[in-house]
Amino acid sequence: MEKWADNKAWFLVLPVFVVVAFSAIIPLMTVVNYSVQDIFGPGNAVFVGTEWFEQMLTDHRLHDALWRQFLFSGLVLLIEIPLGILIALAMPKKGWGVSASLVTLAIPLLIPWNVIGTIWIIFTRPDIGLFGVGINSLDLLEVPFDHTARPSYAWVTLMAMEVWHWTPLVALLCYAGLRAIPEAYYQAAKIDGASAWAVFRYIQLPKMRGVLTIAVLLRWMDSFLIYAEPFALTGGGPGNSTTFLSIYLVKLATGQFDLGPAAAFSLIYFLIVLLFSFIFYQALLNVGKGEKAS
Amino acid sequence: MARIDLKNIAHSYHAKPKEPGDYALKHIHSTWEEGGAYALLGPSGCGKTTLLNIISGLLTPSEGRVLYDGRDVTDLPPEKRNIAQVFQFPVLYDTMTVFDNLAFPLKNRGFKMAEITPRVREIADILDLTPFLDKRAAGLTADAKQKISLGRGLVRSDVAAILFDEPLTVIDPQLKWQLRCKLKEIHEQLKLTLVYVTHDQVEALTFADQVIVMYEGEIVQIGTPEELFENPRHKFVGYFIGSPGMNFLPCSLEGRQARVGGVTIALSPETAALGAKAEGELEVGIRPMHLEVHGAAVDGGVPVTVKSVEDQGSFRILTAMLNGHTVRARLPEGRPVPETQAWLRFPPERTKLFAEERLVV
Repeated sequence: MEKWADNKAWFLVLPVFVVVAFSAIIPLMTVVNYSVQDIFGPGNAVFVGTEWFEQMLTDHRLHDALWRQFLFSGLVLLIEIPLGILIALAMPKKGWGVSASLVTLAIPLLIPWNVIGTIWIIFTRPDIGLFGVGINSLDLLEVPFDHTARPSYAWVTLMAMEVWHWTPLVALLCYAGLRAIPEAYYQAAKIDGASAWAVFRYIQLPKMRGVLTIAVLLRWMDSFLIYAEPFALTGGGPGNSTTFLSIYLVKLATGQFDLGPAAAFSLIYFLIVLLFSFIFYQALLNVGKGEKAS
Repeated sequence: MARIDLKNIAHSYHAKPKEPGDYALKHIHSTWEEGGAYALLGPSGCGKTTLLNIISGLLTPSEGRVLYDGRDVTDLPPEKRNIAQVFQFPVLYDTMTVFDNLAFPLKNRGFKMAEITPRVREIADILDLTPFLDKRAAGLTADAKQKISLGRGLVRSDVAAILFDEPLTVIDPQLKWQLRCKLKEIHEQLKLTLVYVTHDQVEALTFADQVIVMYEGEIVQIGTPEELFENPRHKFVGYFIGSPGMNFLPCSLEGRQARVGGVTIALSPETAALGAKAEGELEVGIRPMHLEVHGAAVDGGVPVTVKSVEDQGSFRILTAMLNGHTVRARLPEGRPVPETQAWLRFPPERTKLFAEERLVV
């Protein structure tokens, strides 16, 4: 290969390098720095090695929050993905209904997170909320509905909020995916005598693979990092029933000011999100791609 | 296998068509024989795909009936019509293997695996797809994919007709020829009625026994490639088929001669007699290859000014002006080409007369 007279071209990469350094690498390194030290005050820090990591990995409250988090994100995916697909399939394909449904779906996505929390608190309040008053007037529940009364009520409220807020995103992505399928596929399926289920299973679902990958990744990461909604709703309660990882982390870091353990926790948290995102991505990319013997 | 009758078909994409312009198909009345190879030829937007979709049942015509072997199928959905349709680009179920793709129409109709397997193998054999049967359809080349789409239609033993909607558009040029041969071979082997939509005249002329030329929602001529070339019934057929297309010159009739501006062109007695009875604006039409080009004045020759000469490899195209009208003539290679002035002779037996865009009859 020909050698260049000088390597000045590297300077062109420098701005990006600086931006990335300040936006990602340096903040991350400060977290790493905290995670291996016990800091008592400025200039008074002790290197503790992996002590904080060991402490966090054996912390029962963290384990509880982690399982809660997995349950929550799992439920979110199980509800939002199929529901989003169903909504997308049911959406009109032409006429004024298209814009009407697109605008309606987009509304929840435009509302700030903590406002959503407030809306749902009011909606489910047992004294003035439409839902709260409505369900209690039916007299079906043993304990009257109040999202702060029982863990299950808090969870139901939180799930409803999350599903209401984010299913539209999945639906919009799926709708875009469906609209991109050329008409000839449906025509061929008609000629082949395919049932509606076969059309979904062999045409629509495979063609939505790309958008579903994005939807699953976005919803997975976002629900795994959920903070504002449970914070606005009950602040992690009742008890610890809605204390998810991020709520616990914030309590640890800014409530108790345990920066070392919180930093170790952050890194573990980050790795979990990264690991699962990678697994989902690989799984969705390769699902149904293997050679099959007949 | 079936004879297809199209009885007074008209179709509009508007819910309430008012004027003729609202119709994509104006009036189609035609019979296509069992086992024939037909090509639907026409420019984009002439309604050929609409007509194909009406035959396959993807569209229900606004007016008229479609008959297969005398049986009215107008209101039957595509899956009940036993037709195969191959689209412009390959349509595959890409998560399935080639085998499953071919078996899909049979599975949907509730056939048992014991019946499906031999039939799929037989079709795969005809289409040279046997080595790929266990492969996933998504990874194959475009021509193999098009063969799979075709195979999905052929796999049904009761298939009435195969419809092709510009199936070679996405195929590489060198494979186009191969695949076209395969189609012809299948046609001969299975004796199926084939309908082939294309805007490529070479494809239509080499593939079909009968070419159906469509123009603005109407069939303007049905004939063998030779008939279309020698006796275009409509001006459109004249300039759409052949490269370059037919020359047309507005004229008036003077006894047995056509007068174009200041010059006269001799016509055959039959043509002149027919022309005398025709109404409307007259035009003489002649194929560029039938024009005789001379470097000096000849008997019956019309003087023209040469504008340009294009070398097309095995022949040359001379473009000349005749009283302000452009005329193209095809010259065999090796013949001397007049540089500025030339004389064109219109052989009377080759010179056609058109009235209101239609051949005088």
